[in-house]
Parts: sequence; structure tokens; C-alpha cells
Amino acid sequence: MRSPSAKTEEIELQLLLQALYQRYHYDFREYSMASVKRRLTQALVHFKCPSISALQEKLLHEPSILSELVGYLTVQVSEMFRDPSYFLALREKVVPHLKTYPSLKVWVAGCSAGEELYSLAILFREEGLESRTIFYATDINTDALKKAEAGIYEVDRIPLFTENHRKAGGKSSLSDYYTAAYGRAVFDKTLRERAVFSDHSLVSDSVFAEVHLVSCRNVMIYFNRELQDRAIGLFGSSLVRRGFLGVGLKESLRFSDHAAAFDEFDREQRIYQRKSDR
Amino acid sequence: MNHSPSKLNAAPEPAGSAHANRKSDPLECIVIGGSAGGIEALLKILPALPPQFPLPILVVVHLPPEGRSLLPEIFGPRCHLAVKEAEDKEPIRGGVVYFAAPNYHLLIEADRTVAISSDEPVLYSRPSIDVLFESAADVFGSGLLAIVLTGANNDGAAGAKTVSASGGQVWVQHPEQAEASMMPKSVLDTCPQARPLALADMAHEIQTAAGSR
Repeated sequence: MRSPSAKTEEIELQLLLQALYQRYHYDFREYSMASVKRRLTQALVHFKCPSISALQEKLLHEPSILSELVGYLTVQVSEMFRDPSYFLALREKVVPHLKTYPSLKVWVAGCSAGEELYSLAILFREEGLESRTIFYATDINTDALKKAEAGIYEVDRIPLFTENHRKAGGKSSLSDYYTAAYGRAVFDKTLRERAVFSDHSLVSDSVFAEVHLVSCRNVMIYFNRELQDRAIGLFGSSLVRRGFLGVGLKESLRFSDHAAAFDEFDREQRIYQRKSDR
Repeated sequence: MNHSPSKLNAAPEPAGSAHANRKSDPLECIVIGGSAGGIEALLKILPALPPQFPLPILVVVHLPPEGRSLLPEIFGPRCHLAVKEAEDKEPIRGGVVYFAAPNYHLLIEADRTVAISSDEPVLYSRPSIDVLFESAADVFGSGLLAIVLTGANNDGAAGAKTVSASGGQVWVQHPEQAEASMMPKSVLDTCPQARPLALADMAHEIQTAAGSR
């Protein structure tokens, strides 16, 4: 039996998300509540609020805390070349298809602080695709987008990134792409010359370009099934015929209404290919 | 049928004892956490549970983040119960053992489906025992039994406290018998009402608590 306080908190949580939506148009109502609640618990400590209701009051009357709160709700900790096997599969199996197009568009959906964008930019440079590619890097967290645009990471994360890059079949040394100074690694700005950073919501925004590859990893685990479905539909509509969709290793299109629009291209690495007809 | 409205007849709950008399609430779910030596300990528990065991069991074992978890392969052939890796959004069913996927936290939604997250590690751990315990406590309250096995860190201690505060039961592997005693000891520190049990008695006690014997 649930405790009375757990039931109260669930009500408070719904009310806060409703307030966030009605007042600021950020819509987390269809997110995974277990994760939202955990993240809110951390936000409560930060904002020194004794309850979710107290945070709701603060949010409604102090708009200045909005971006920080959205930061808590969307925080994503990624790595460059996270799950090297995924990037290896892109390199060995997907790139040969991409090479047949004279120009390419790639959408990194939910790019957070940009680790995945830079990983793809490096991979595309190594594979000779970079000059024909435009990258769209989108997120709803504008602070994260700024970080992505800056391309600066703590230098103590670099050994992991380097190891991942090597396991992902890297053809160069990761150190070719950054300069380290004052405990931070600043990535080569030419890597983002062909990137467009933009505020885009998978909850409420629509298709903005026709793309050849969508990479959206460990983003949809935070959505409920209906919202997952919306996002997958959006990716399907954005992809060219035979275009590719990569999701997280524990994500799947299996239960989606849109599953029939895709073929499993690499089952293990969760890479899907849009069917040519629908 | 002529039942009188039960609300009028229900005795008001005494203040401050919201959970004090819920010992008899039926168990609905079991969560288990283990770290160093945890697999060996689980091998003494899970295979001993009978095929008709009625409750879902969710398990976090600390493992290196890379690669596929072999836990379902290790435990599947040895258990009478169905054993699998917990998949995002799947409903939690009785008589099934769910292992957390490596490198993801395992949580439970209010509608009793699985949620996973790649939020940062908690106490250097992902999956984290605390994360599982806290979200399970939220959903199952007094219907939850949380068990902490051997381990050389203090993951599980905060979660056990939450489980207990939500009316659930907490058991630990007896620290003196654990391969690594720190984890069960930490739980006894944060949650003094936790019940220490010998590993050899655990499967039997679980069945008794679950009402399956």
C-alpha cells in the first residue's frame, strides 16, 4: 500500500508540471514520472524548498528560476562516443550508405551538452563526409545548447572519451581535436562550423528538415509511451526514404505505432532504417 | 447487498502511527541490492524460490558498466522463476525476476511499469540500489520488502531508510556472514529496524513473507 505522503507528492508533482506548462509552456507532463520525481528531489535541495508545492509557488512567482529548474529536469550526462559499439556500427555499416548521397543532413535530437554531436562530427571527418554534411543539434535546454556550442569539457573526462573513440574505430587521435588548458579541453571550433544549434522540443515542435540520419540516444527513456511514439513519428517524417535512426542501446521501436515504418538495420546497436514506401 | 458505507465505520488512524500497524499488509514486491559477492549470495536465494512464487523481484547488482549483462543467462537456467533484464516501460509481473541493465538506473513507475534512466551515477553506482529502493518505496509503500546483501560500499543505506519510512520492510544479509560487510552494516546504521538474516535462511523467509508457503 502506498504511503499517504507518496500519494500527496504525486499530486504535488502533477500540479507543478501543470504550472510549468501553463505559465512557461515547458511540457513535462508526459515524461517518465519516476525520473522526473527523482530529479525534482534534487532540485528541492538546491532551491531550498521543503516540498514540491513550495517549489511550485517559487516557480510561479520567480520566473528567474525557470531555466535552472528546466536544467534539473533535463540534465543529461553523456560521453563522447558513449557505447563505442554504436559508433563503430555507424562507421562500418551506415557510413557506406551515407557516402552515396551528395549532401547530407544529420539531426542530433536531445543533444544536451554536445558530446554526441562532436563524436559524430569527428567520425564524419574521419570518414570524409564532413564537408557535405549539415548537423542539426537540438535540445529544449538552452543552457545545454550553449555548452554544446562552446564544446568545452572537463579535462578529466578526456581519458574516457579517448578510450571510447579508439573502441569506436577512431582513425585519428582524439587529441587532434582539442586543446587542453586550465583543466578544460576546448574542442576544435571547425568541428561545429557545419552545425546548427537550435531550441527544439520533441513534445511540441514539428519536422524542420529532411534528414539522412537521426541520432537520439537515451532521450526517449525519459518519455512515457505516448510521447515516445510522438518522437518516433517525428523522426520517421523527418527521415528520407532509407534514412537511419539510432536510439539508445536500451531503447526500442518495438512497441511503437510507427514500428512498421522502419526496418531493424542493426538490432544489437539499435539502428533502424526507414522503409522506402509507406 | 446492503453494506453500510465503510468510511463511516472506519476507525480513525491514530496520529503518527500511519504505518505502525501495517505489518500485516500483504507484500506486493521485493527489491534486492548487492555488490561485491552479490552474485554468489543471490545464487543461494533466487534458485531456491519455487515456481509458484507470486511476487515480482527486482534486483540491482553492481557490475562494470560495459557490455551486456550476463545475469539473466547466469540465473535463468538455475531458477524456477522467469528471469530477465528489466526493459523500459514493461509491466512488472509477479513470479518474474528482473535484473537492472548495466549502466542504467532501474526505477518503477506508479503504474507498476519499468523505467530506466541514464542519470548520473549515485555513489559511483549505476544502476544504483538507492534509486531502485526509493522509487519502489514510493509505489509499493508498506507492500515492499527491500533486501541488502553483501557489498563494499554504502549504496542501499539511504534507500533502505526510505523504504522503512514508507512502511516497507528491510532485511539485510547478516554483516558477519557477508563477503563484504560494509553494505549491510551501513543499512543497519541508517535503518536500525532492519532485520539481519543468515543467507541460508533468506529464501525460506522470503517465501514465508510472501505467503507462498
